[in-house]
Amino acid sequence: MEFYTISLLNGISYGLLLFMLSSGLTLIFSMMGVLNFAHASFYMLGAYFAYTVTATIGFWPALLIAPALVCLVGAAFERYCLRRVHKFGHVPELLITFGLSYIIVELVQLVWGRSSVDYRVPVALDGPLFTLFGTQFPMYRGFMMLVAVLMLISIWLLLTRTRIGLVIQAALTHPEMVESLGHNVPRVLMLVFGGGCALAGLAGVIGGNAFVTEPTMALSVGGVIFVVVVVGGMGSLAGAFVASLLIGVIQTFAVAIDASMLSALQILGLKLTPSTFGYELLKLKLSQVAPILPYLFLVLILIFRPKGLLGTREG
Amino acid sequence: MNTKYYEFKPFNLGRVLIWSLFAIVLFVSPLVFTSSLAQTILTQMGIAIIVCLSYNMLLGQGGMLSFGHAVYSGMGSFLAIHTLNRVTGGMPLPVSLIPVVGGFGAMLVAVLLGWVTTKKSGTPFAMITLGIGELVWAMSLMFPDFFGGEGGVSGNRVTGSKAFGITYGPQIQLYYLIAIYTFVCTALMFAFTRTPLGRMLNAVRDNPERVEFVGYDTQKVRYFAFIVAAFFAGISGGLAALNFEIVTSEVVSGGRSGAYLLFTFLGGATFFFGPIIGAVLMVLAFVLLSEITKAWLLYLGLVFMIMVMFAPGGVASLIMMNVRVAAFGLLRKLWVSYLGLALTGLLVLLGASVVIEMVYHLQLNSAMGSEMKFLGMTLDAKGGSSWFGALFVMLTGMGLFEVCRRQFVVKWGEIQTEIERETKRREAL
Repeated sequence: MEFYTISLLNGISYGLLLFMLSSGLTLIFSMMGVLNFAHASFYMLGAYFAYTVTATIGFWPALLIAPALVCLVGAAFERYCLRRVHKFGHVPELLITFGLSYIIVELVQLVWGRSSVDYRVPVALDGPLFTLFGTQFPMYRGFMMLVAVLMLISIWLLLTRTRIGLVIQAALTHPEMVESLGHNVPRVLMLVFGGGCALAGLAGVIGGNAFVTEPTMALSVGGVIFVVVVVGGMGSLAGAFVASLLIGVIQTFAVAIDASMLSALQILGLKLTPSTFGYELLKLKLSQVAPILPYLFLVLILIFRPKGLLGTREG
Repeated sequence: MNTKYYEFKPFNLGRVLIWSLFAIVLFVSPLVFTSSLAQTILTQMGIAIIVCLSYNMLLGQGGMLSFGHAVYSGMGSFLAIHTLNRVTGGMPLPVSLIPVVGGFGAMLVAVLLGWVTTKKSGTPFAMITLGIGELVWAMSLMFPDFFGGEGGVSGNRVTGSKAFGITYGPQIQLYYLIAIYTFVCTALMFAFTRTPLGRMLNAVRDNPERVEFVGYDTQKVRYFAFIVAAFFAGISGGLAALNFEIVTSEVVSGGRSGAYLLFTFLGGATFFFGPIIGAVLMVLAFVLLSEITKAWLLYLGLVFMIMVMFAPGGVASLIMMNVRVAAFGLLRKLWVSYLGLALTGLLVLLGASVVIEMVYHLQLNSAMGSEMKFLGMTLDAKGGSSWFGALFVMLTGMGLFEVCRRQFVVKWGEIQTEIERETKRREAL
C-alpha cells in the first residue's frame, strides 16, 4: 500500500510536470501548426535562468523572472526567425526550431559549462510534507504539483474567460476574420509562442532542481513530451493532460518494480532455462524496460487509436 | 498504339556526360588525394552519399521528415557486422556482398517498423519517427548480446574467400568497393525517381488528397518508399561496418539521425544531387571542422538556421539559380557583387569566429591562461583590445555586408526580370 501511494503521488507530480511542458507544445501546435522542436530546450533554458537568478536574488523572484526571460527569447525567435520561414511551409518551420535546439544546447554549454550546475531546492521547501505509512513525501514534490495545478487553472481561465483568450481562440479557427476585426494576428501568434515557451520555462524552474540541471536535460525530456502530444491527440489540451498523467504514472511505477516476465512465469510454475526461445526478452526487468515504455505506448496507440486518446483529427 | 514521333536522341547526352564525370571523380579522387587522411575522408564520403540520398528519398521526394533514419542505417551496420563475424566463422559469403546483407536486413526492419511509421504524414510522421528512433536506441542498450552493449561489436574484414587477391586489408581496396557501391546505388536511386512508384511518391508529397481520389493508397506509397529508402540506408550502414570494423550503439542514436537531416537539407532536398553535396559537407564537418574548433556544433546550427531562413532549397538550389543566370549569359553582371558579398561575409565570419572562440576559450580552457592562438593570431581572451578588435571587425563587416546585400538584391531582381523577358521573347518566336 505504501509503495503504491507514494509511487502514485510521485507519478502524478512527474506527470504534471510533463503536462506543463506538453501544454505549451500543444498550444503552439494547435495555434500555429508548428511543432516546436526546441520546446525542451526552452525548458532547459528556464532551469538555467532560474539557477542564475536564484544565485543572485533568490528562488521566489526566479519563479517569475526566469519564465519571463524564456518568454522574451521565444517571442524574439518567433518574430525574427519563425515568421520569416512561415511562407515556406511547415517543414522549414519545424527545421528552424530543430536548428535552434542545436544552438541553445551549445550556448548553454558556453555560458554555464558542460557539467551539471548546483541548482537546489530552496531551503523553505526542503523537507517532508507529510509522512504516509512511514515514508516521507517531500514538500517540493507537493509544491511542484501545486504550481502545475495553479498554472493549469490560470491557463484555462485565461483562454475561456478573458478577452485576449477569446481573441486567441478565434485566431485559431478564423484568422482572417479576426484580422479584419482589427486584431493583430501575427502579434497574437508571437504572444502564443512566447507564452508556450514561458510555460516550458516555468516547468524548467521547478523541474530543474527536482531533477538535475545539465546540458542533456533537454534531450532526456524531449522525446517523452512528443510522445505525450501524439498519445493525447495532436492539438488537444485535455488529451495532453490525460496522456502526461498516464505516462508519468506508468513510468514511475515501472522504474520501481523490480520484476521480470521470467519471474512472473516462474510463479506460474513454468520451467525456463537460458535456452528457452526469447529468454533474453523474458529476463528483462520492468525497471530496465521503463525508458522505452512511453515509446512502446506510442506505437500501440498509433496501431489501435491513430488519432490519439482525446484527439479529434487524424492527420 | 503507335507513337506519332521519332526519338532523334537515342540517349540523353547531358545525362551520360554527368554520370561519366561522376564515375571519373569517384575513380580518380584517391589517386589525386593520396594521404591516408584523404582516403579516410573519401571512404566516409562514399558511405555518407548513399545514406543522404536514401534519406532524401523520404525528405525531398516524399515530403516525409524523418527523425529516425539512423535506425535503418544502424541496423544495417549491426546485421552486417554480425554477418562478417559469421563469415570469419566459416560462412561461405564474399565480404564484398556483406553490405547487401545489411541492406536487406534494414529493409526487413523497415517492413516491420515502417508500417506503423507511415500511417501518418507531415508533423505526426516526424514525431513518430522520433519516437521509434528513441525506442530502438533505448533497446540497443537493453540487448547487449546483439548490440554489444557499451563496447559495441567488432569484426575483421580481412576474411573469407579472396577473389582476385582482393583482401580489403589496405584502405584503398575498400575505397574502390565503396566507390562502386556509391555509383551503383546513386544510379539505382536516380532510376527510382523515374519509376511509377517514384512519381507517385512526388504526387503523395504534393497533393495527397488528390492521390487518394485517383485511387491510390497514400499510406502504401509512403510505406513502399520507406522500405526502399531503408534498403539503401542499410547498404550504407553495411559499408560503414566494413570500414570501421566496429559498430557501437551510437549508430542508431538520435544525433546520427539529426545529422542526416541537417546535412541533407543543407545540401538541398529539392534536387536529386543536393544530398551528395550535403554528404560531402557532412564528412568535412565531422572530420575536419570538429578538429579545428570546439565550437563546431554552434557554427553548424547557425549555418543551418541561416540556410533555412534565406535559402530553403539548400546549396543545390543556390547553384541551380546561378546556373540559370549563367545559361542566359548574365553571370558576368553579378561577379562584382559576389566578390563584395564574399569579402564582407568573410569579414563578419572572422570577427564572429574570434568572438566565439574567445568565449569558448574562457569557458573551457581558462586554466591554461587567457592567451590563445587562433588563425595564427595571438589573442588575449581577457584583454580589452582583442574583444574590441573582434567586435569592431564583426560589426564593420555586418554593415558593409548589408550594403553589398542590398545592391545585390536590386541587381538580382533586375536580372530575373530580364531573364523572364527573354524567355517570353523566345516563346513568342
